Amino acid sequence: MISLTINGERHSLDVPDDMPLLWAIRDVVGLTGTKFGCGVAQCGCCTVHVGDDAVRSCVTTVASVAGKSITTIEALGTPEQPHPLQQAWIEEEVPQCGYCQSGQLMAISGLLKKNPHPTSADLAKSITNICRCGTYDRIRKAVAAATGGGQTS
Amino acid sequence: MTTLNRADFVRLGSVFTGSLVLGVGANGCSNQSGGAPHAPVAPETGGFKPSAWLVVHPDEKVTIFVAKSEMGQGVATGMPTILADELDIPFENVLVEFAPAATAYQDPQFHLQITGGSTSTASSWMLLRRAGASARAMLVAAAAKQWGVEASTLTTKAGSVIDSKNNRTATYGSLTGAAASVPVPTKPTLKTRDQFTLIGKVNKRIDTPLKVNGTAKYGIDVRVPGMKFASILFPPVFGAKVKSFDASKAKRVKGVIDVVQVPSGVAVIADNSWAAFQGKDALTVEYDEGPFANASTESLKTRYLKLASEGAGAIPAVERGSKSVTGTRLEALYFGLPAAHATMEPMNATASVTSGGVEIWAPTQVQTLAQASAAKLAGVPIGKVQVHTTYLGGGFGRRLYVDFTDDAVAVSKAIKAPVQVIWTREDDIQHDWYKPMAANAVSGVLDRNGNLVAMRHTVVMDSIFKGLGFPLPASGVDAVSMDSVMNSQYEIPNYQAYYINPNSGVPAGSLRAPGANWNNFVMETFIDELAHAAGKDALAFRLALLKKNARAKTVLETVGKNASWGSPARGTKQGIAFGFWNGTPAATIAEVSMSGNTPRVHRAFVVADVGIAVNPTIVRQQLEGATNYGLSMALASKITIEKGAVQEHNFYDFLVLRIDQAPEIHVDVLENAGSPSGIGEIATILIGPAVANAVYSINGKRARIMPLSEAYAA
Repeated sequence: MISLTINGERHSLDVPDDMPLLWAIRDVVGLTGTKFGCGVAQCGCCTVHVGDDAVRSCVTTVASVAGKSITTIEALGTPEQPHPLQQAWIEEEVPQCGYCQSGQLMAISGLLKKNPHPTSADLAKSITNICRCGTYDRIRKAVAAATGGGQTS
Repeated sequence: MTTLNRADFVRLGSVFTGSLVLGVGANGCSNQSGGAPHAPVAPETGGFKPSAWLVVHPDEKVTIFVAKSEMGQGVATGMPTILADELDIPFENVLVEFAPAATAYQDPQFHLQITGGSTSTASSWMLLRRAGASARAMLVAAAAKQWGVEASTLTTKAGSVIDSKNNRTATYGSLTGAAASVPVPTKPTLKTRDQFTLIGKVNKRIDTPLKVNGTAKYGIDVRVPGMKFASILFPPVFGAKVKSFDASKAKRVKGVIDVVQVPSGVAVIADNSWAAFQGKDALTVEYDEGPFANASTESLKTRYLKLASEGAGAIPAVERGSKSVTGTRLEALYFGLPAAHATMEPMNATASVTSGGVEIWAPTQVQTLAQASAAKLAGVPIGKVQVHTTYLGGGFGRRLYVDFTDDAVAVSKAIKAPVQVIWTREDDIQHDWYKPMAANAVSGVLDRNGNLVAMRHTVVMDSIFKGLGFPLPASGVDAVSMDSVMNSQYEIPNYQAYYINPNSGVPAGSLRAPGANWNNFVMETFIDELAHAAGKDALAFRLALLKKNARAKTVLETVGKNASWGSPARGTKQGIAFGFWNGTPAATIAEVSMSGNTPRVHRAFVVADVGIAVNPTIVRQQLEGATNYGLSMALASKITIEKGAVQEHNFYDFLVLRIDQAPEIHVDVLENAGSPSGIGEIATILIGPAVANAVYSINGKRARIMPLSEAYAA
């Protein structure tokens, strides 16, 4: 049995040590906001927070995060108090199909913990999440709006 | 419903090529859910359901059924906006439900429930307006009867019927009971454009809040009681069949429940997705590889280029004017590599096959075909197949195919339990219905004044239409594979276009602006080359070829103004491209610099004339997104084949745009027509040639191949 703390709740799971966290979250615990996109840490759809770090859950084994505090998109904000990025995503109308946006939001909110005012260049350097709908320009604008930026380079 | 006749084909073909005058014959207001196995019913709360399209609830909320698949293009917002405007309700009162597969929800043009070709808004425009207006008329009639006045003395506003003479109002919710007995009007009065309260004014999407907190449910998020997860090992070589397999190791993987053979390959069933993937990796399979096993990109390329340059078997698609015009003649031979759709949500579907019938939950673009195919596989009547459409994590044409829904039905039938079949990214990249490989031979003739007086264009490309499961017309010309060539908007007096179907054996698919996403690259880079040879400005040269096309001219003039054509940002060069897709003329100017052999796009200016923008924000999103999708394809996305199998695997070798390469995009939306036209695909076909034309201004190299990563390598 492996003990995972997801969004403040403890779960004891009978899964192999090397099961990727992504599948424990989606198929075992049953939280489906975290998405599968590539399985090899390329696209970032599966990004969650472990402690303060944004990690790709598709290549993170459950054993490596046992006992640590894991946060998924479901707990990034609340309906009453959305995360500033979630609010900005709504105001700037960022999502199209929306499938990658859980990962985008988790990756960028993770970045904000280390760099509260990222420039477009910072996003280009640090954020490698893929969006096939091509919402990148709106993501930049929404991040600037949420971080009181407006600084675009 | 199961088979398509020639008339359906013609309709579909003309819509995909954008040449059909959009007319809606279907009656959007009759109470016809006839034949629908699971048509929506008014809730027990006493809702008023005047047609298959809506239910007015006593609490003033109105459920509007969306028969199109929401794959990011905004139909879940746009379609209800159209209906709600004619119904005359505040947008806050709208509830949206995805319609089940049913006859009542088939597209009036296609006679199928299908989402594609940038047709949704255009083809549903009158249908939804009539449905809304009809319901409104019935509510007004109900109020008139209650009050004993003439309906013509009443008006509506924001969900209420108003009797201004007698100073009284009745909300729609209070009239639901009375309205149900009012006869359905045959010709409801529609609003005039100046009376719209929502169309052109709603700029929010109803699905945005769900898509920022993880609650939007995609196909992959479907959970059914007792459901298993499965992954299928597909034969790597196209057309190969499973000869035998050894599942002993797979069955020892913790979580694996069973291994069964299905028509598409060998399925591993497990209690979670990861166990199914692990089990798949542990399978040993022998294949009958079939005739494609020796095919390679190089062998196909040689054959394609020979076909294009020699023209063997070319079928005339357009033959206008003279074939022997003299003047300054330019010729070029182009080659395009295939590309995969790579939707962010990998293919998946959930199915439950029981003795009572089939239930499918899927991110599909083609409910009618998924339903028909499932019925055939399960051996049940079509009426016994229910299709629930989820949100789609991207579509781009990939989900017009029923392979992934068939997989779920086949596995569920075999294991007699509900199952979600989930593809890995590798499955998705290696078993797509690809943007086809192509070779084009093109020539143009300039007269002594530098006017383009003749063009000849031969396209070698697998039939996209055939891949969709439709028969080609008797002529053998595939109008989809020929898009942007056959229906070029340029007024070239002597113009010939030919089609050659190479029948390559690679699955040829419909990928965002199919046909055009390659052909327009050839057209627009070659037009640019002709303009340079004529010593003319590339924008002016195009304007001179669109003299009779006021909308196109305005688009080009506007993009030139917006981008300050001729005065690029410092350190960049500009390139321009024009295009046309399902009623929408559009143009893009790209500002580009080179970083080694790689073009870097700094800014893209896009202008499109969309007729009427139902939701201007969504129109902008689509033009922005299609620009980036097209840029991925133009820069580096490619599929190559060795020994009959795809060589790319995942996003590390099938390259797509990330934020570091994404340009700043400036969109301008024009509305110079009386009804909406397609917006989802047009911008895809503009950015590639615009970038290549800019690169020519930088280094003098003409790209004859796509993606451009192949063109500028040393």
